[in-house]
Formats: sequence, C-alpha cells, structure tokens
Amino acid sequence: MVLLTLLAAITVGIVRMRNLFAVVVLGGIYSFLMASVMIVLDAVDVAMTEASVGAGISTVLMLAALHLTKTEEAVPTHTPLLPLFVAVATGIVLVFGTFALPSFGVAETPMNMHVAPYYLQNSIPDTSVPNVVTSVLSSYRGFDTLGETTVIFTAGIAVLMLLKGKRELKPGPKRRRIRR
Amino acid sequence: MKLDVIFRVAAKIFIPFMLVFALYVQFHGDFGPGGGFQAGVVAAAMVIFYAIIFGLDAAQRIFPQRLVELMVPAGVAIFAGVGVVSLFLGSEYLDYSRLLHDPVHGQHIGILLVEIGVLVTVAGTMVAIFYSFIGRGR
Repeated sequence: MVLLTLLAAITVGIVRMRNLFAVVVLGGIYSFLMASVMIVLDAVDVAMTEASVGAGISTVLMLAALHLTKTEEAVPTHTPLLPLFVAVATGIVLVFGTFALPSFGVAETPMNMHVAPYYLQNSIPDTSVPNVVTSVLSSYRGFDTLGETTVIFTAGIAVLMLLKGKRELKPGPKRRRIRR
Repeated sequence: MKLDVIFRVAAKIFIPFMLVFALYVQFHGDFGPGGGFQAGVVAAAMVIFYAIIFGLDAAQRIFPQRLVELMVPAGVAIFAGVGVVSLFLGSEYLDYSRLLHDPVHGQHIGILLVEIGVLVTVAGTMVAIFYSFIGRGR
C-alpha cells in the first residue's frame, strides 16, 4: 500500500514536471519502486530485470538522449482534454476488468492449472535446474526466448542504423577543413 | 573531469565486483534469480559506468566498438546455433537432450549455452546503443 501510494505520487510528479532531467530521475525512482512491488509479489526475476533495465539502463540512455536535446519540455499547443478523456476512459475499463480477475494467490485459477504444475513437477527431473523460471525460459519455452533475443537484436540494429547513418551523410565542418 | 578523484577510486573498487556480480547472475541463474538477460544488463552497466567515469575513449580501448557491434548478432547466432547442433544430433530444434550422453545434463548444458547467447546479445546491444548515443553528442 505504501509502495503504491508512492508510485501514484511519483506519477503525479512526472506529469506536472516540466524539467525533463527531473522527469528522467523520477522515472528511475518509479522503476525501483516497481521492482520493490515485484519483490513483494515474490517475482524476484522480474524485480531484478526491472531494477537493472528500467532503473539502470533506460535512465542512462534517457540522460544520453537528453544530452542531445533540450532539457525543458515544450509547452503543448493543443488542449489536454481529449488525451485526458482517453486516459480516464482506458483507466476505468482496466479497473472494471480487474473485478473479474481471481483474487491474488488462489491456486485453482486457469493460469495456475494449465501447464504450470507440469513445469513445477518436472523441472528438476528433466533439466536438474531448481530455478523454474530459468528452465521454462530457456528449455521449455526456448523458441520464445530465441524470439526475444532476436527482438533485442533487431531493435539494437535499428537504433544503431538511425543513430549512425545520419552522421556519415553530413560531414562536419572539421572534416572538410582537413580535406582542403 | 580531472578533479573527480573520488569517482575514479570508487569506480576502480566497484567495477571488479560488478563484473563478478554479472557472472554470478549469469551462471547462478539456474539456482537463484537471474539469467542471461539480467547478467547482460549488469555487464553493460559496468561498461557504461566505466565510460562515464573514465571517458568514452578509455572504454572503447577495452571494449572496441567493432567488438561490441559484433556481439549483437553473435549472441543470436550462439542461440540459434545450439538449436541447429541439437538438430544434427538427432533431436528437435532447441531440444538440448542429446547434447551430452545424459539427457538431463544435456538440458542443463543447453540452458547454460543459450543463456550465454542471450548475455552476449543483450550486453552488446546496450553498450552499442550507449556508444552511438554518446559518440553523436560530441
């Protein structure tokens, strides 16, 4: 409850802030709180990923991007009514959807009845790996993880092409001077 | 950048432990939380930390841009290669049972190899993106 209150407070802060540097730092704090929520929910692997990727790497990359742009957010030219309406409507629908979810920790839900018992019972006899998350990710669901790795590969290549390609098209003044 | 003695000393103390932690998360991922993805991010964070403190040139002397950009496809190749090897050994694609004599050990070694592939791609991608961001700003 405390964590969720803090999350809400930080979200309001991010929305109201105009200085992008502070927004990036608040985003990092948000990710760390989210990681704590994941630990409370016993999802340690997810918490670890959230802390390292969400709070660590993406904060650094955002700061690096800020290094290339302005640090003040531009004043919006349109009224915020339509986006506000869309956000509130989506939120109401999502909250309405949570009423149909089974309460937390119930064992007899479809999610826990389908393949999860098989993984839990057979992980050690099949793979001798006690951490079921790892055995599911790399062995039982190896195709999915291969796909994820390919997604990271594709995204990385795309960002590299965007960032590096333009530089070669526009030779800077320094380079030209050396040639002459 | 010349007066930040505290940062430099602290970085020299921290960086070996960051590398050890990355390797721990990588190879202990079968027993505790973690795996290739998290380890790759921690390893990339180590390189980025080094680059922030000691400058981009110093970091690129140890981890050259060519190497980092080579790591991006190399990890996917390792992952897919393990699958192809298991095909040639007579099982299904990405079924590691026949990699060793014992199917259980084969599964275990297959998981380790695949996680190394994930580590290589994730670390390479993160560092390569960071390098190109910083290199552009100069």
